[in-house]
Amino acid sequence: MDWTLLILLVVPTLVHGNSTVTVRTGSGPPVGSDQHPNSVPLSEDTQTTTEVREVVVEEVMTTGVLNPSHYPARRAATVVQHYLNTRYGSPYRWIFLSKVHSGSAEDVAEMRKYQLELTMQETISNVSGQCSAELLFPGGEGQSAPQVQASCEGLLQSNTTAQEEAFYQQHRASNNMVSGTDIPDSYGHMEPNMKPFWHLGGVASSFIMLRESNESTLYNMAQVANFTQLETEKDQLRFNYHVLLHEMISQEIIHWKLLVTWSPEQGVKVLQSELQPKCHDCEAPPNTTN
Amino acid sequence: MMLGLGSVGLVLLSLAVQSGHGAQDSAVWSREETTERNYYTRYHNMSEITAWMEQMKRENPDVVSSMVYGQTYERRNITLLKIGLSSTGRKKAIWMDCGIHAREWIAPAFCQYFVKEILRTYKTDTKVNEMMKNLDFYITPVLNVDGYIYSWHNESTRLWRKSRSPGTGGCTCYGTDLNRNFYANWGMVGVSTDCCNLFYCGTKALSESEAWAVTDMLGKMREDILAFLTIHSYGQQLLVPYGHPNISAPNHDELMEVGLGAAKAIKAVHRMDYTVGTSPDILYPFSGSSQDFGRLIGIPLSFTFELRDKGKHGFELPEDQIQPTCEEAYAGAHHIITYAHDKVFYSYAATVTATLWTTLLAAWVSSAILL
Repeated sequence: MDWTLLILLVVPTLVHGNSTVTVRTGSGPPVGSDQHPNSVPLSEDTQTTTEVREVVVEEVMTTGVLNPSHYPARRAATVVQHYLNTRYGSPYRWIFLSKVHSGSAEDVAEMRKYQLELTMQETISNVSGQCSAELLFPGGEGQSAPQVQASCEGLLQSNTTAQEEAFYQQHRASNNMVSGTDIPDSYGHMEPNMKPFWHLGGVASSFIMLRESNESTLYNMAQVANFTQLETEKDQLRFNYHVLLHEMISQEIIHWKLLVTWSPEQGVKVLQSELQPKCHDCEAPPNTTN
Repeated sequence: MMLGLGSVGLVLLSLAVQSGHGAQDSAVWSREETTERNYYTRYHNMSEITAWMEQMKRENPDVVSSMVYGQTYERRNITLLKIGLSSTGRKKAIWMDCGIHAREWIAPAFCQYFVKEILRTYKTDTKVNEMMKNLDFYITPVLNVDGYIYSWHNESTRLWRKSRSPGTGGCTCYGTDLNRNFYANWGMVGVSTDCCNLFYCGTKALSESEAWAVTDMLGKMREDILAFLTIHSYGQQLLVPYGHPNISAPNHDELMEVGLGAAKAIKAVHRMDYTVGTSPDILYPFSGSSQDFGRLIGIPLSFTFELRDKGKHGFELPEDQIQPTCEEAYAGAHHIITYAHDKVFYSYAATVTATLWTTLLAAWVSSAILL
């Protein structure tokens, strides 16, 4: 009976050898959790401690192969997004970053050079395409814009010609100058007829966002505060836009006024841009947030 | 007792078999529920949320109570809902707070959805029921009440982020970033001492009554809290501690594993990608966050959720995306909470103890028969 008891005690212990309920991550994307540079080896005792383990590590240089989940690749990829919109965007074509597949960064003279493999998505047709891009962030004192080259496959498949043409004709000779405010509104809502103007505002903002971008910024357009159509000139639709940009790394909301033109042939152009001052002393200022 | 021990084994077996988590139950909607369904697809102002909390208590008096655990700068109540099946002993807890940043409206919407969902499913979903028995959920739908109300004032205040305490020392701007004000490496990185800045960390740690209220509550409960979830937008990310680039959580690997599991659960709902990592890795470094404070006082699983989207709408997420966002976030939260719960209630120690007692009892019974 003693032996029986011993066996009965030992066998379950061997069977339930693993200490905690493990979570199977299956085939999730590799995010280098095993190679986290700052990680402290997990102690055998899985009891939590209140102790903070200070790991003194050299600052991780973002040079060489980039982790696609980490911020350097994401920020650079967003710059490529802005670039693509300046080239190809329209009231019916607005491109967003879908996924970063791989990337690398290196120092080239005074500059920082990135290479990226990305998936971009055209957000109105939902068509995706693979893109290869190269960016150069200028170093030194000057505040010049990054230089981008990108080639994409399959991204521009959607046929927007008919819609663009109809929109252009509708507003070109219009006696009713169209305008709008708060697109989207506080609830994320907009009237359907305002959508192309929202897209256009986003594309126009891309010119500014591209120009203002560096390795420490991540821009999105938060809202079209207002826009007003102006008289058509040289066959271009013309608009004054007041846009709010959200810069993620500072969390700031930045106001810009833009003079925007568009036609199906010429695409979107920003003729003038003016940064609006931030109102510090206002408690509830119109059109500014602190 | 033998029955109890035997049932442990049975529950273990059923855990392995069971996979549903109740989030996508296609229940038959009654007229009452239909109204409720529309409710959770809209944003609600503070007085609506306050009324809703009262309604949750009224409709579920056995499982829902509320606690006012602090005041905001403008002297408003900071209220949480405590949800769980009552028990005689002291229970373990899950902490969730939403709306620490005013403009992130999808976050309070998610807290409301989460409450609705666990109340809807706890009677029929065995896992949720079990967790309601073993745990209390402490859920704060809106932490930064002043800021949230201010963001509802008009279109020009919609993108407010911070609290509404006034600047000091000649600085005339308003608000401290509540998520930089906690006593967790306060003031070290990712902050500003300029009160006009969006990362203004305050005159000192816990200068803000809202941060103090959370700190006070967590301090009282710290041994009991299994998971700390703080809900934000936007960016589609799950952040793990710490926000300081040179400091690693002792259970970093576990946090990453659980986080990646949660991201996988999220993706299974509507195919949305959520990135997982420490803030210095995937977003930016910062100190003084509530998440860091939670991990520092010993809560093992401390996560920040950054909900939809990735920048197209940003903070002004359309109401028709509230439901799908909440569904996927629920799946992610459920994953983390289940892990935290099971780690305690299905641990090695419990298993071995149960096995030992079963075998000892069997030996005693067999020896009694032989004699």
